[in-house]
Formats: sequence, structure tokens, C-alpha cells
Amino acid sequence: MGLDFSVIPPYWDVLLLGMAWTVALSVAAGALSFVAGIALAVIALYGPAIIRWPFRVFEWLFLGTPLLLQLFLIYFGLIQIGIDLPAFVAGVIGLGLHFAVYNSELIQSSILAVDKGQDEAARTIGLSRFQALRHVIVPQAVRAVIPPIGNNMIALLKDSALVSVIGVAELTLGAQQAISRTYRPFEFYLAAAVLYYLINLVMEAVQRRIERRISVSR
Amino acid sequence: MDFALIKQVFPFFIEAAWVTIQLSVLTTILGLIMGALGTSARLSRSSILRFIGAAYVSVFRGTPALIQLFLLYFGGPQIGIQLSAFWAGVIGLGLNIGAYMTETMRGAIISVDKGQTEAARAIGLSRWQTMRQVVLPQAMRLMVRPLGVNINALIKGTALVAPISVVELTYTAQRYIGSTYRPFEMFLLAGVLYLIIILAVGRLIGWIDRRVQIE
Repeated sequence: MGLDFSVIPPYWDVLLLGMAWTVALSVAAGALSFVAGIALAVIALYGPAIIRWPFRVFEWLFLGTPLLLQLFLIYFGLIQIGIDLPAFVAGVIGLGLHFAVYNSELIQSSILAVDKGQDEAARTIGLSRFQALRHVIVPQAVRAVIPPIGNNMIALLKDSALVSVIGVAELTLGAQQAISRTYRPFEFYLAAAVLYYLINLVMEAVQRRIERRISVSR
Repeated sequence: MDFALIKQVFPFFIEAAWVTIQLSVLTTILGLIMGALGTSARLSRSSILRFIGAAYVSVFRGTPALIQLFLLYFGGPQIGIQLSAFWAGVIGLGLNIGAYMTETMRGAIISVDKGQTEAARAIGLSRWQTMRQVVLPQAMRLMVRPLGVNINALIKGTALVAPISVVELTYTAQRYIGSTYRPFEMFLLAGVLYLIIILAVGRLIGWIDRRVQIE
């Protein structure tokens, strides 16, 4: 059959639109994973046992099963109990919660790594437990945790390709749409790979920049 | 929750779990081989090999595994590579995880104290002897746990072959969701089987880790 890359230019708009959706999806899911990750970590470490325990189980379930299965459950499974989410929203929630659990693990270990004396000092000068967390512990922990969370965000970007299977018109599905019209899988998947790679390079550059800035301000 | 239904489909899920296990084992083997090759390339004295190793890691870690799999399975025939879905899955996922394993192995090797290499070279060992008898035994110990993390990710990653219709756990769950409209039961069953596999492998890796640490 051979390769013919001239099939790609007529579909640039499809690919670029897909890329825009990939970025939108990743940003939304990334934000959710960050916020929910902090919440999960705080609950896991400081919540009352009665909440902590179900959250541990929840984390364990998310860590031990494939993201694809989780996306299927959220998108197709919630309909069974009467919740019908648009594919994009299901994708954001699925990706966001999945990576929230990974982020939570990182945040928990970095909170535990903050010197205990910091907490004691904060409590001694009269801060409440919550104030000590919010003003003293978490800011330090967040700083230590930014590089590994950056890695998670990059992994999230790549895993966003999975939401194509529930029909979100992001980059992978865009490529598939072009393929269904041209029967040129190699060219279009390669083009999609190149575009993902470019987004990835940009994210790595941003990550390096942020890491440098954090280490300078130390 | 329809337990009669779960009982009815259970045998098919067990068969599917077996496919997931086969995929995981073969992919782990290929991933370890690629990791060893990638690491040798990245630590080689030849700048061409170093470039190839770095490009391999960067490309395979920089693009989605799903795209790599689709490119191989759907795009492969266009360039004369015709693979069954199962083997496309093993090769695609193996090449992908190999890039991550390369970084893990390289990380472990370069974190062995440099003085060890210097001392070994000083007492007259060759570069290869130093690597084999001094650096690698120490690096092995450092890499078991992170390689275990990679293998855990790999097992969950085998779900990615569902879209190319390999009849493993996720595909089977998806198929029975289509015919029964009971996603929760099907998800539960598949999820539990994944958890069992992952727990078992976690135990195995923990056991290996304890064995290599004791000395």
C-alpha cells in the first residue's frame, strides 16, 4: 500500500481541533486531579477513621484497576443508576479521579516528609491544627511535590487518548475519523503521535521551568 | 446487583483473566529485554548508540501507548507488518514499557556510588567486569521495587488492547456490558480479577525484593 503523507493536509483542521480538545481535557482533568488529590491526601492523613477507611478502599480500587475500565464504569455504568454524563465530563471525571489518587499518594508522602518540628512550632505559637496545615505544612509539602506531580500531569496528557474510546472527539478520535474516511491508519496515527509528542515537549519544558523557579526561591 | 448473572458469565471472565495474565507475562519479558538493551545503549561509549537509546525513550514515553498500539496494529500492514491483535498488543506494550524500564534501570545503575566503579577499575577489572561483578549486583537491589511499579502499571496497561479486540478482561467486561446492560456487575467482576492479579504480582515482587536485599 505504501505511505502517502499528502493525505494529511486536508485533515489538518480535524487534527488541530482534536488537539485543542486534548489540551482542554487534560487541563480540566489535571486541575481536578490536583485539587482532589490534595483533598484525598488530607482526608487520608487527618480525617476521622470512619471516613479514612472508605477512602483507603477507594484509593486502593483506583490504583489496582485499569483507567480504561474506570472510564467505562463512569460513562456506561453510571447510566445504570440514572446518571447520564456527557462523554467529555465523564472523561474529565475519570481521568481526574484516577490521577487524583496518584497525586494523593505523592502529597501524603511529602506531607509526612515535612519536618515534625514545623508542626510543633506552628502549634506552639497558637495556630490551630487546620491553620498549621494550611499555612505551614501544606505550602512546604506542595513545593516538594511539584516535580513528581508534573510527571503525573504528563502521564495524564498521554492517557487522555483513552477517552477516545468513550467517544470524546480529542486528538486520537480525530485521527480515527480521518482514517475512517481515507483508510490511511499509518499516516494519521503517526501525525497524532507527532502532535502528542509536541504537546509533551512543551509540557516538559514548562515543568523544567517551574522546577527551576522553585529551586531558586528556596 | 445481579449475582446470578455474575455466576453465569464468571467462566468467561476467568478465561479472559488468563489472557490478561499471558499478555502481562510476555509484555514484562519483552519490556525487561528492551529495558536492558535501552540501558546498554544509553550508557554505551558510542554516541550513536546513546542517541538511539535516548530517542527510543523519548519517543515511546512522549506519546500515548494507545497511539503506539494503534499505529502498530492498524498502521503496520501498510508498511508490511501484519500481526495478530494479541502479538501487536505484546509488542506494542512491550516496546512502550521498555522505555520506562530503561529509565528505571539506568537510574538504578547511575545511583550506585561512583567510588565503586573507580575502586573496581583501580584493582584492574575491565569495564565489563566492573559492570557485571560490582555495579550490576548493587543496582539490581535498587531496581526491584521501581521495576515492580512499572510492572503494576503494565498489568493495568494491558487493558489498552481491548480497543484492538483482544479478548482480555476489559474487552470481555465491555462485551458483556453490551449484551447485559449491567455495567456495574461486569465492572465489578473484571475489577476484582485485576485486583487479584495485581495483589499476587505485588506479593511476588515483595518476595523477590526481600530476597535480593538480604545478604
